[in-house]
Amino acid sequence: MSGMTHKLSAARLNRLFLAGELSAVEIAESALSRIAQVEPAVGAFLHVAEEHVIERAKKLDARRKAGDTELGPLAGVPIAVKDNICTCGMPTTCASRILEGYVSPYDATVVERLRASGAMIIGKANMDEFAMGSSGETSAFHVTRNPWDLERVPGGSSSGSAAAVAAGEVPLALGTDTGGSIRQPAAFTGIVGLKPTYGYVSRYGVVAFASSLDQVGPMGRDVEDVARLFEVIAGPDRRDATNAGRTPPALKFGGDPSLTGLRIGVPKEFFGEGIDAGVKARLQEAIAQLAALGAEVEECSLPATEYALHAYYVLALAEASSNLARFDGVRFGYRAAQSGGLNDMYSKTRAEGFGSEVKRRIMLGTYVLSAGHYDAYYRKAQQVRTLVIRDFARAFERYDAVVTPTTPFTAWRIGEKINDPVSMYLGDICTIPVNLAGLPAISVPCGFADGLPVGMQLIGKHFADAQLLQMAWAYQKVTKHHEARPALTEEGGR
Amino acid sequence: MSTRWETVIGLEVHVELSTETKVWCSCKNEFGAEPNTNVCPVCLALPGSLPVLNVKAVEYTIRAGLALNCQIRRHSKFDRKNYFYADLPAGYQISQYDLPLCYDGYVDITKKDGTTRRIRIQRIHLETDAGKLLHAGDDVTAANYSLVDLNRAGVPLIEIVTEPDLRSAEEAGLFLEKLRSILKYSGVSDVKMEEGSMRCDVNLSVRPAGSSEFGVRTELKNVNSFSAVMRGIEYEEKRHIRTLEEGGQLEQETRSWRDAQGISVLLRSKEDAEDYRYFPEPDLPPLEVSEEEIERIRATLPELPDALMQRLMAEYGLSAYDASVIVAEREYAQWFLHAVELAGADQAKAVANWQINELYRVMNEKGLGPDQIPVTPEQLVGMLKLIDKGTITGKIAKTVFDKMVETGKDAETIVKEEGLTQVADEGELLAIAREVVAANPKVFEDWKAGKQSAAQWFVGQIMKRTRGRANPQLALKLVTQALEEHARK
Repeated sequence: MSGMTHKLSAARLNRLFLAGELSAVEIAESALSRIAQVEPAVGAFLHVAEEHVIERAKKLDARRKAGDTELGPLAGVPIAVKDNICTCGMPTTCASRILEGYVSPYDATVVERLRASGAMIIGKANMDEFAMGSSGETSAFHVTRNPWDLERVPGGSSSGSAAAVAAGEVPLALGTDTGGSIRQPAAFTGIVGLKPTYGYVSRYGVVAFASSLDQVGPMGRDVEDVARLFEVIAGPDRRDATNAGRTPPALKFGGDPSLTGLRIGVPKEFFGEGIDAGVKARLQEAIAQLAALGAEVEECSLPATEYALHAYYVLALAEASSNLARFDGVRFGYRAAQSGGLNDMYSKTRAEGFGSEVKRRIMLGTYVLSAGHYDAYYRKAQQVRTLVIRDFARAFERYDAVVTPTTPFTAWRIGEKINDPVSMYLGDICTIPVNLAGLPAISVPCGFADGLPVGMQLIGKHFADAQLLQMAWAYQKVTKHHEARPALTEEGGR
Repeated sequence: MSTRWETVIGLEVHVELSTETKVWCSCKNEFGAEPNTNVCPVCLALPGSLPVLNVKAVEYTIRAGLALNCQIRRHSKFDRKNYFYADLPAGYQISQYDLPLCYDGYVDITKKDGTTRRIRIQRIHLETDAGKLLHAGDDVTAANYSLVDLNRAGVPLIEIVTEPDLRSAEEAGLFLEKLRSILKYSGVSDVKMEEGSMRCDVNLSVRPAGSSEFGVRTELKNVNSFSAVMRGIEYEEKRHIRTLEEGGQLEQETRSWRDAQGISVLLRSKEDAEDYRYFPEPDLPPLEVSEEEIERIRATLPELPDALMQRLMAEYGLSAYDASVIVAEREYAQWFLHAVELAGADQAKAVANWQINELYRVMNEKGLGPDQIPVTPEQLVGMLKLIDKGTITGKIAKTVFDKMVETGKDAETIVKEEGLTQVADEGELLAIAREVVAANPKVFEDWKAGKQSAAQWFVGQIMKRTRGRANPQLALKLVTQALEEHARK
């Protein structure tokens, strides 16, 4: 049994552990051996915490044997944590040289919640440096490969989280999503990823990229697991002033899948030019399936969509330029070798410590906030953001959710777009408006185009995350697309 | 100063709020702790940490605003001011840019010639203090390295910005004194310039008298005491006028005051002005303050110095000068009011006299601050009662007062221990009077010849013999009696 645990869901592992049929140590060892088997090909992790996870598993086993009945919904479940989320006792580098070797003295709120739920953090997942990228390629340490095709990117920025789940290294992972960084890699790797409503999940201890857009979310192989992790991480936290203080309703899945009584809008702007024919075909099938499940499906319009991408890059980079100022070599992380003076130390440290995509974004963000440019860029972008919010508000007067492709195209080849940032930015066109509006959205597998996974995105109303998960569950229940596994899973690397 | 020119001054005053904890975290806000002991992930700006507003800091800012006659903004927000410096952990300061919490206030100052001027407050906003750097060397340019202490990072700070309403160093000094006093009364800060809890930047320009245009402005930084502010202003106005009179061109610039040398030096010109790239702080929601909250805070404000001064004059008949020196410090005013409460309103003038003439003198001699008043109101009032009862003379009281300061003992104890009770025994005093009259025939002859002051001289002799303890009226009566007896002999 233990040799097969990498195929099991988090729900199943938790049940088996609590029932005493599998020990936490067996589960952890099995996960570690799967990691050892596929990591050379996939490269999902920046740090595998072998000793830590075995220690933790032993404690869980002891507690279970002692009759502890409050072991939690993730007890015995191995989990990967994106490397921009602070964890005591293991590095938190944001896949950047500037934080190489940095160990946070405190746990992020979501990590505290994971630990309290009995989860076993098995390691830190690779990512685009400071979550800036859509392919995982901007990691300062190594690229992560897509388990469906090792020549292709797994998407990003939560590249390692997505790949680790898709490759069966862990059943669940935490990602972060600023403009699509959970949903896009989920779509590229054929898994489920939820970007919660802004303010549902604490950002305390999550290294900020763009504070008004960032949100932590769950990634897993099916909707139930994703919901289970969502319930653990969401909720009030006084340490994050942007947290809404809301607790999600308890989720239950079961019965006949049905979407009867729900209205779903299909915004035409997301199906126009630039969308890959295979992706479009899968989405049309998915939309038909939603209708078959009883939903009333109609075309609708979100006219501000065409400006959303531009506004996003202004706002996100403005915030990033400020958020990343603290990486200055003074108190922690990398500091350039002895240099002339303070300003010299700053420029050398940051020139050597940051990668080129991060530097590009800091410079762009600095520029748009500069005297004389603020009105033309930042203020204008805020106005567009308001329009995007209004678009959705209007749509949600009529619809319970809107459905779009998660990405206009499937995973591209490693290296294909890394020197063409604008083309890479354009790939986030479907996910970005959601962050601007602070809405919840989920990407669910909806089949394949040319052998590569395609994701369907369902966008819901503020704090309707539970409803979105229910809808995604119904869809998953009748389509089974999520059950497909990359060949890698069977062979342990190609 | 030449009357051809007018100096126009505005001040930016930074005041640390004396909340128990910092503004974005729960670290202690205290002066003088071991370096880097009052720190946490938030005030160190460690990756992932987030600020959470200490509502006390908002309350204190509103208190300050109300005390300075400001309007309070119901809907405001925080902004980031971005710049790099080693004492600024996040690389930005959380501040308020276009929607300060308080605006449109004023402070009235009274000049030496008795005229009053209203100095408008443009705005007061809440922001964050930075840490401190210790340079290993004489100054920052000579240092091989610098040490960073982040205890102060995250301490709440208010910036008070005046309109350019001040016209002289004297006015600036009076304004700062008044501001300090009001802030102390309102309990928002201990306002100690020497501990850096109050800091000041000066904006100054000079224009031809009668002109309504502003001249070229200099911002003067590093003026760290009231006297430095005044000296700095005098230096700058001279420099501006000299340049203008010589037909020279002034540049808009930021200069640094070197107090020891009494000069200012160029820090940066307008071209090098920093671009702070302000934008709304995305980690904090907008700041909403209800009308009820503002009124609740207003109700907790104590009587402020201007109002108190009027009351001291009206209720107790104090002169404007006496009232002003009593209200100048909150502790002095509280001391006075407490003493009057104990002694009764009819003693208010006596209390004021003792406070101003004796207490302030002693404190000045000993270099004591207003929080170190060496005598309690109870002690003073106890002594006043002894005078009133005739137990001690007014003259002895001064000795008793000094002894109270020295020993901390009550007047009654001192009088008893030192035997300072007034001699009111007629027999005893008459005997002394007869002795001194008999012993000084020359003065007696003077008296006899009609020299009235001779009697006073004999009273003085009695005082000398009794070490001041004789009742002066009684002594005069008995001297007169003894003189008349002697004349009849």
